[in-house]
Amino acid sequence: MKRIYADNAATTRMSRRAIDAMLPYLDTAYANPSSLHSAGQEAAEALRRAREEVAACLGAEPKEIVFTSGGSEADNQAILSAAALGERKGKRHIVSTAIEHHAVLHTLKKLEKQGFSVTLLPPRENGVIPPEEVERAIREDTCLVSVMYANNEIGTVEPIREIGAVCRARGVLFHSDAVQAVGHLPVNVKEDGIDLLALSAHKFHGPKGAGVLYARAGVPLVSLIEGGAQERGKRAGTENIPAIVGMAAALREACEKREEVNARLLPLRDRLIEGLSRIPRSALNGDRTARLPSNVNFCFEGIEGESLLLLLDQKGICASSGSACTSGSLDPSHVLLAIGRPHEVAHGSLRLSIGEDFTEEDADYVIAAVSETVAYLRGISPVWQECLAGKRPFILP
Amino acid sequence: MALYSDTVMDHFLHPRNVGSLSDADAVGEVGNARCGDIMKMYLKIEDGVIADVRFETFGCGSAIASSSMATEMIKGKSIEEALAVTNKEVVEALGGLPAHKLHCSVLAEEAIRSAIRDYFERNGIPYDKSRFPEAEEGSCCRMV
Repeated sequence: MKRIYADNAATTRMSRRAIDAMLPYLDTAYANPSSLHSAGQEAAEALRRAREEVAACLGAEPKEIVFTSGGSEADNQAILSAAALGERKGKRHIVSTAIEHHAVLHTLKKLEKQGFSVTLLPPRENGVIPPEEVERAIREDTCLVSVMYANNEIGTVEPIREIGAVCRARGVLFHSDAVQAVGHLPVNVKEDGIDLLALSAHKFHGPKGAGVLYARAGVPLVSLIEGGAQERGKRAGTENIPAIVGMAAALREACEKREEVNARLLPLRDRLIEGLSRIPRSALNGDRTARLPSNVNFCFEGIEGESLLLLLDQKGICASSGSACTSGSLDPSHVLLAIGRPHEVAHGSLRLSIGEDFTEEDADYVIAAVSETVAYLRGISPVWQECLAGKRPFILP
Repeated sequence: MALYSDTVMDHFLHPRNVGSLSDADAVGEVGNARCGDIMKMYLKIEDGVIADVRFETFGCGSAIASSSMATEMIKGKSIEEALAVTNKEVVEALGGLPAHKLHCSVLAEEAIRSAIRDYFERNGIPYDKSRFPEAEEGSCCRMV
């Protein structure tokens, strides 16, 4: 059976170019870039080149790039750094959103326990955070605004440039978790007015375990890991040269191919959305157009997402869901709840995130498979049967 | 290592006794759509024996598999035997469930008991109420 991988928001397949770029650094060019000998200096040179490449793709300066273990570490470090700076100035208020990744939300929780106050802005129904709401939430003692570039579940792309302008005008640091955006959208930290940005290599066909914290020159960072002078003292530990080199190669490739790939994905995404919209009592989550070209997210009334995923897997389709059962918690996705989906409906969600190799044929196969599976699960669902019998109101139109 | 045992997957992919009974002698429903799990069990009872059983489940793979297994375990059994089925036995019969899915087996046990209580109520059969503790509000959400 052919496997259709539609879970690219979880992780992507590594590009051949990235693998090839990495291989020498796993094999012959293994030296430590901190070593003075020529072998070490070759590794240091690779690190320097990777930093330049990453910086160029983001519109940043090389010295503004800190290599990390991934997006989560970069988000943690960005927020904790801004908080430490705020603390010194007596500013202990942070504005963020209810739909952030847990790398952001849990870090903010930690800061709340340390006495910070946090305002989590609710999104509009389409997942958009209005810049004017950000502006309204900023106080005299606000030290940071943190808004994700694009949402990992519902794919909504936030008005980052407008929010960046608001933060600049109010003199507040602006952090954006751009893990789902970099390599897929034209991210430019200077034009977007971003002071701190997190990205993750494995979301754009790079290796796992590598990420970047961009910190605008002049924004002081606190280090989460002590023990060495690597990354100018902001991130100790021998650099993961193979992964960093692979990340740089993947990012450059993603940025080069971005427009071409997006032009291919957009009609496929829209084909999926149109096809799945034909399922009765279904609803698209997220904005119809301010949306990642790879993302499709639906709720289907009367069914539960995990059983849908398991059955789709049997048909060769790899997807993801925001149901409680798959989130590993008791509640369904905080993002779906934040955009106003009731628990009952949020349990029945499906996220498809397509990649470069996805075809029109795949889209039609997925639409047929999802339609069939939803109908089957509804057939054995007491919730659906009660809705049909008029004993329980339908929630979705 | 897959998430579920082969038995769980078998019952999930090929659920036994799925559907409803229009002439059921008893119907039990437990769980809460808000929590993402509802099980409904239909019983046909003849001479104190569960002659036929069907289920409908809204829930995850292990909820569907637990319901299916529970119906197999009580079909052809006396009411007393069916009442004696525990969630632990359902888990064992399924070849185990992941820790965070154990509540599905609890729901299956509760569905059986809820249907049998309905049978007692419908037929005016006196029963020991302490054997049928009311499910706590949102009990489907509790972790076991």
